[in-house]
Amino acid sequence: MLIETEGLSRHYAAGEGSVVALSDVTLGIPPGELVAAMGPSGSGKSTFLNLIGCLDRPTSGIYRLMGEDVARLSPDALAGLRSRRLGFVFQSFHLLPRLDAMANVELPMVYRGLPRRQRRERAAAALDAVGLGARLHHRPTQLSGGQQQRVAIARALVNGPDLLLADEPTGALDTRTGLEIMALFQALNRSGVAILMVTHDAEVARYAMRVLRFRDGRLVANERQAPADAAAELAALPAAGRAA
Amino acid sequence: MNAPFCPAALQPAPILPPLPPGTGGMDLVEALRGALLALAANRLRAVLTALGIFIGVAAVIATVAVGAGAREQVLAQIRALGANLLMVSPGSVNQGAVRLGAGQRPNLTWEDAQAIREGVALLAGVSGVIRQQHQVVAGNMNWSTGILGADPDIFAVQEWVPESGRVFNAEEARGARKVAVLGATVAEALFGDEDPVGQPIRIRATPFEVIGVLARKGQGPQGQDQDDVVVIPFWTARRSVMGAWRIWAHAVSWISLKVEEGEEMAAAEEEVRQLLRQRHRLAPNEPDDFILRNMAEVAATRDASARTLSILLASVAAVSLLVGGIGVMNIMLVSVTERTREIGLRLAIGARRRDILAQFLIEAVVLALLGGAVGVLAGIGLSHGLAAAAGWPVLVQWDAVALAVGVSAATGLFFGYWPARRAAGLDPIAALRHD
Repeated sequence: MLIETEGLSRHYAAGEGSVVALSDVTLGIPPGELVAAMGPSGSGKSTFLNLIGCLDRPTSGIYRLMGEDVARLSPDALAGLRSRRLGFVFQSFHLLPRLDAMANVELPMVYRGLPRRQRRERAAAALDAVGLGARLHHRPTQLSGGQQQRVAIARALVNGPDLLLADEPTGALDTRTGLEIMALFQALNRSGVAILMVTHDAEVARYAMRVLRFRDGRLVANERQAPADAAAELAALPAAGRAA
Repeated sequence: MNAPFCPAALQPAPILPPLPPGTGGMDLVEALRGALLALAANRLRAVLTALGIFIGVAAVIATVAVGAGAREQVLAQIRALGANLLMVSPGSVNQGAVRLGAGQRPNLTWEDAQAIREGVALLAGVSGVIRQQHQVVAGNMNWSTGILGADPDIFAVQEWVPESGRVFNAEEARGARKVAVLGATVAEALFGDEDPVGQPIRIRATPFEVIGVLARKGQGPQGQDQDDVVVIPFWTARRSVMGAWRIWAHAVSWISLKVEEGEEMAAAEEEVRQLLRQRHRLAPNEPDDFILRNMAEVAATRDASARTLSILLASVAAVSLLVGGIGVMNIMLVSVTERTREIGLRLAIGARRRDILAQFLIEAVVLALLGGAVGVLAGIGLSHGLAAAAGWPVLVQWDAVALAVGVSAATGLFFGYWPARRAAGLDPIAALRHD
């Protein structure tokens, strides 16, 4: 199993009592899947993502990432896990504005202590893999939203993660660009990267092979499905009136 | 522009080759590069913040340079005087119940000087000295200067060496011959470039022969020109120039004496004191009627006051460094707040808390060091500017430069620590959501 949780819960202190953000989630996800976590806001899907992403620690329960129990690890050990095993993609991209695409993608490798030459080679390869081989030295402000999200995806991939975590990856993009990102996710997934994305958009969840539904902090459904093919839908779209 | 993006072209194989191991942590070069980039992104702010440190460091270096220059000047004067020079001058005297102020009764005599010469061992020379200001005339030139009537020992005591000609000898002194030795300033004023040796001069209508010119000594400890002097034998001065006072015909203005090199100053001073007290018939409970001064002590007093001034200026500089440091802290706190999202992202992509701490600490230190480095240059420039403009002696102290640079780095470290800790302590989730 890639991800295994048993009774995973997260409570936040609030005033006198506490708020239950996630309650008693038990599941297992095998490697290589593209998983969508769905639910309205406040359903606990983001808390789940943060826990799986080792950004947060559960109040109770067990979480094993590739067989390693991570629930009780120190902050530095969690940072190490994030660096080695995980990649993050955010709704608002979170690129550093003063760095060009290449330098943004290099950043995770800086914290791994890779020499500059290796970093640059790898960053260029990662940007090439997401279709931005011609825009290595553009700053985020010189890129479109879709391109910025692809830089962020290259950054998430560059350390060779086992799991890519995406928080509303298409939330800030128009339909066509969102579809391009989904096509990219599906391609990456075929090449062996597991992906867990959080979305409230049922359209987006169609491209996943497994859907987790959250409601009021509980996991209410965990179903496999036949994913829609984003690349095919993209090809079928009428050529939009805008240049790529 | 570029061809439409076609993700289907990706092969179902790893997109990137396996990651090489790396060192497992951020290296210093990267941290420095990051700090410079972050500072470059806010150039004006960085410059204004560094200004505080800049002013502090420049002030430290300039004030230390001025202080060191003043001290060096004093030390040079002590060396010029000879560190083992003693001066005895008339002190206050009790006449019945009336206390006269120092020097009002010329109670030191030439015989006192002779008694010291005979009675105190370990002296390199003793001379009674009488001094008056008079006009000196040579040809159609004249010059008002200090006329010193002294014994031949005075040249050894004051370390006066003739640059040309010679100084007078004991025989000439005993015979009260009308011979004069000129200081360099006087020689220049009366004779210009000519050699005065062998030339006639007149001091208050009395003709003299110039037998020598003294080598230049420069400024004395009170800033006076030590070369503005004419030295003639004591008894010549008494009889032919000063006009003998009927009662105090043997009085001297002061007695200069020099202790043998390497001898104990305090012991010699005490011997001289006891001898003079005995000669002046002072009762054990009576105070000295003369003043004994150690010239090195006089110079040291001046040195101490210069040092006090230096310390005062240095504390002003320290305060401005402190204020500069607070400026650094302020701007680092602003920077941490502004870059909360960046910190969250860095944590998410694998930065450890200590990486974030190091990033902001290094940024603060680089900021302070930039101010410090420019401050060093400005401080050295300012020192030389002061030396040129005000004519102060200035000596750039390289250890002060090193200290200033070290202090500015320490300022950055100290005042950068708290903001950096704040950055490192952020919760990644909250930081990522920060607006």
